[in-house]
Amino acid sequence: MATAPHGVDRYLEQVRPTWVGHEVRARVLAIRPEAPDVVTLTLRPGRGWAGAQAGQHVRVGVEVDGRRRTRSFSLASSAVRDDGCVEITVKAHADGVVSRHLVDRVGPGTTLTLSPPAGDFTLPAIRPRRLLLISGGSGITPVMAMLRTLLDEGHDGPVTFLHYARTEADVIFADELAAIDRAHPSVDVRIVMTGSTEAGSDRSGDRTSTALQGRFRADHVAALVPGLAEVEAFACGPVGMVDAVLDHWSDAGATERLHVERFALAPVPAAADEVGGAVSFAASDTTVTSDGAVLLVQAEAAGLSPANGCRMGICHTCTRSKLNGVVRDLRTGALSSTDEEPIQICVSVPVGDVAVDL
Amino acid sequence: MSSTATLTPDIEEIDERDETPSVGPVPAGRPALTAAELDQLGEALDAIRDEILDDLGQRDADYIRDVVRLQRALEVSGRVMLMAGFLPPAFLGGVTALSLSKILDNMEIGHNVLHGQYDWMQDPSLDSATFDWDHYCSSEQWRHSHNYLHHTFTNVRGKDRDIGYGILRMTDEQRWRPTHLANPVAALILAVQFQWGVALHDVEIDQVLSGKKPVAEAREELSRVWEKARTQVLKDYALYPALAGPMAPVVLAGNVSANLVRNLWTFAVIFCGHFPAGVATFSEEEAADESRGGWYLRQMLGSANIKGGKAFHLMTGNLSHQIEHHLFPDLPAHRYADIAPQVQALCEEHGLPYNTGGFAHQLGSVARRITSLALPGKEDEPVVSRVGSLVSRLNPLSR
Repeated sequence: MATAPHGVDRYLEQVRPTWVGHEVRARVLAIRPEAPDVVTLTLRPGRGWAGAQAGQHVRVGVEVDGRRRTRSFSLASSAVRDDGCVEITVKAHADGVVSRHLVDRVGPGTTLTLSPPAGDFTLPAIRPRRLLLISGGSGITPVMAMLRTLLDEGHDGPVTFLHYARTEADVIFADELAAIDRAHPSVDVRIVMTGSTEAGSDRSGDRTSTALQGRFRADHVAALVPGLAEVEAFACGPVGMVDAVLDHWSDAGATERLHVERFALAPVPAAADEVGGAVSFAASDTTVTSDGAVLLVQAEAAGLSPANGCRMGICHTCTRSKLNGVVRDLRTGALSSTDEEPIQICVSVPVGDVAVDL
Repeated sequence: MSSTATLTPDIEEIDERDETPSVGPVPAGRPALTAAELDQLGEALDAIRDEILDDLGQRDADYIRDVVRLQRALEVSGRVMLMAGFLPPAFLGGVTALSLSKILDNMEIGHNVLHGQYDWMQDPSLDSATFDWDHYCSSEQWRHSHNYLHHTFTNVRGKDRDIGYGILRMTDEQRWRPTHLANPVAALILAVQFQWGVALHDVEIDQVLSGKKPVAEAREELSRVWEKARTQVLKDYALYPALAGPMAPVVLAGNVSANLVRNLWTFAVIFCGHFPAGVATFSEEEAADESRGGWYLRQMLGSANIKGGKAFHLMTGNLSHQIEHHLFPDLPAHRYADIAPQVQALCEEHGLPYNTGGFAHQLGSVARRITSLALPGKEDEPVVSRVGSLVSRLNPLSR
């Protein structure tokens, strides 16, 4: 009661932002470059962080020009690190507001927010003896977390690490992977170049005479593992790569040994087609076909009665969270395409398919 | 809180005897702008709004966080100083710091955050949907009575209950009743207890007393008001005094003083926003079927600014830029000073009044109006004839 109505956190955070209890915040301890446009951020989570399993991802909130933006990143660090820190490895995309900010502008001391870890792309609790970890591009991060965790745990079964990158310069964690390959006879690291016709770099050198190259093909794994049914396989990367892997395991009848995670591209705003999209009022389990009216009117036409006031964008009584999709603000014409964004439903028209928490 | 069912169109009846044209410094109601001129005005104001929206960023986030940090520091230091309040300087310092803290909490932070001015930051601690403030009025109720009713129906008689809070006679057009003789005293009581006045706004006690609103409905609303107010009352008047042990009476006196200072200040600023001479009120017919330009026009004519320095604007929550605030209630308020010259220039261009003046001037103007409207008739009619009218109305033989 002493701090009512603001809550103790609102005072504690003035002293140290990571002391709050209502959300997990983390402090950026260090930043190290990994490859062109790729950096690793070492984070020290504050109160409330309960750890994560290798392969899981977190939603990271960062303030970019005054706005809090949230994006998902796989944790790249070992799940059994003893300093309590976690790492995310971020590749800056040309038009990625958050990734560019994290790579170019965030410095040590910045405070970020972390969601609880999520995702079931994780190692089984009883570690399989033989593993195959396949990744493409920045999809390397969750499988790198797995490899680091296995090594920290002293795993001595054979692990094959098959990674696809466009060029040599694009390989994230290249030096660390080479060092692991040298130091651990049980780990076989294969890096495959997809971007040129040159022979891929085979970092294990003397183990095989066949250098792999090009995008994922069935014969790439045939040479590396005895049989798909005898290996626990994990694959993470672009949709095309993951689908090719799935097809191959499916042909071999071994899909129950395969775990996959796709790195989906950010949804592109639909063309300005304002009629005919599916408008989903998620909390009410109601979906209607957009007639082009503002969301509030469409919700009322569907028999819902959301709170509202001025119906002209003044009072913010009707503000709801847009879960996904694109809406147009009638007053400014601005399109909003960010997921989980508050919108005023009395002045927002759906553009294409939209889901609202209503 | 979306119901409009309790709004009765006859909340404020028009005194038909007073339908002669006004002769005040600025004519009441709307200047005769054509529909095309209104559209042009609307577009020009929309352009100002868009320019600010495009420019929102780190500067605004840093600004509001600095204000929050200042408020927290003032609050903590105020409460600590009051614990040593047996020393007169500590008592004075404590009351000052706590008063400033409460004023910042309610005005530059609370009022403005609850308008959604910082929703774009997506910071849960500054989100209008979940924010709460150090006030007896719950934030949910406030968003209904203030953001929706007052800002949508600004100065529309019978709809905007901020016109006199259902107690005071604030416009010539309100029918005079004998109870209005107490106008100045009622205003003073409202000012001293402004926190309660705001919290009880939605209960519409005047409507309950006149039988237009069911008692049961009011009772339910009262219990909701108490639910919010209780914690704030107990915090200031029980918990902190108790923590002070033998110093309890000193801390209690300090907290009462800080709440009083906040009440008087917020009352003064808010009444200066809509009731100095020259500010117009509107009939429901005048406000019906408005274009966006027409809505903007009503906001400009129904609001008044207060001149002052940076610190003054901060302590009023930038409601000293009431005109800009009513045009753009969801733009961060510290931006109003930047756009005020553009708004003033637009007013000149369209031949519209831009009501502004020093604090003493505007407050004096409001005080004159409150006192004058205690009598029947209009503010600018000769006092002698109004006293005569009062005598004849109160004299049972003249009926």
